[in-house]
Amino acid sequence: MVMALKAEHDLHKRRFGRNLGLGIVLAGFVALVFGLTVVKVSNGDSMEAFDHTARPGLTEGTGQ
Amino acid sequence: MTDSTTLLDHTQEARFGDYIALLKPRVMSLVVFTALTGLLVAPVSLHPLEGFAAILFIAIGGGASGALNMWWDSDIDRIMRRTQSRPIPSGRVDRDEALAVGLALSGISVVMLGLAANWVAAGLLAFTIFFYAVVYTMWLKRSTPQNIVIGGAAGAFPPMIGWAAATGGISVESVLMFALIFMWTPPHFWALALFMNDDYTNAKVPMLTVTHGRKATRLHILVYTILLAPLALGIAATSIGGPLYLAVSLVLNAVFLAGALRLWRRDEGLAGADKYAAEKKFFRFSLIYLFMHFVALLAEAALRTAGMGGW
Repeated sequence: MVMALKAEHDLHKRRFGRNLGLGIVLAGFVALVFGLTVVKVSNGDSMEAFDHTARPGLTEGTGQ
Repeated sequence: MTDSTTLLDHTQEARFGDYIALLKPRVMSLVVFTALTGLLVAPVSLHPLEGFAAILFIAIGGGASGALNMWWDSDIDRIMRRTQSRPIPSGRVDRDEALAVGLALSGISVVMLGLAANWVAAGLLAFTIFFYAVVYTMWLKRSTPQNIVIGGAAGAFPPMIGWAAATGGISVESVLMFALIFMWTPPHFWALALFMNDDYTNAKVPMLTVTHGRKATRLHILVYTILLAPLALGIAATSIGGPLYLAVSLVLNAVFLAGALRLWRRDEGLAGADKYAAEKKFFRFSLIYLFMHFVALLAEAALRTAGMGGW
């Protein structure tokens, strides 16, 4: 019976295809988030937000 | 249970492509094209990677709403010939899986669009998904013959989201691009319903052809085509229009109106005799009509970049 399980079945091919597809999608997602981070940091976009304490640096220039 | 029976139970197991099919790739391609146009014709330009990410997540959001639509509509998809081969009715993907894929991708696409572009665009995308999945699919589709009219709003949002991704706001240009698709949707789908009526009748979907008959549908197609023309031509007068767009739009609207007039004059005897040739032709032209309007907008944007477009 162990031999039968080792045999390549169409089921294994389908699962491999699915896992490969998901792997590629996840790797692409990580690369995209990394790329976006590089672009946003290079553009000088605000990397800080309100964090429950007064942050004068964030409101500078808004007349507050 | 033996190994062989376990394996047999899974012979219908989904392939990766079946999950892609859940996202309605053909609808997604239209979403990508119109959203990209909205983004490219906007007066503000994004970094190419941010623009790519924005379009990708708008497309994934559109796909997610498609998966939610297939989850909810799997019962009628089994009945209609046009939809029987979809992943759920054909048994390749479970309904629960489609729901999970739809919900997960909805959340991911909205959050990622907000982070990649801005939260106005993300809010519009969230509203679009809600509108298509809940307002159209769950509520209007099976309850009113105006389903196509109001549901068409969901398909009309992508250029507005693309514009918002670039500019961070809403303007007369993006509202007119929305209006163009919104008013185009009813004549497009009703022409399809004229020659696919049996499917909707069998599935008990109250399409206008089923509830009010084909004669009333032909009149509705004509009225919407007349109302569509000034909206399409109106874009020419905005900052994204120009002489080229105006010329293209004039020709397209003249042909579309002539087609609608022809459909209105025909009766079922005539249509049956030539197997709905004019209706099929009108349906095919409706795709060219929308595509060419957006191509003309892209051409105007390219000309402006070269210092030649606009008025």
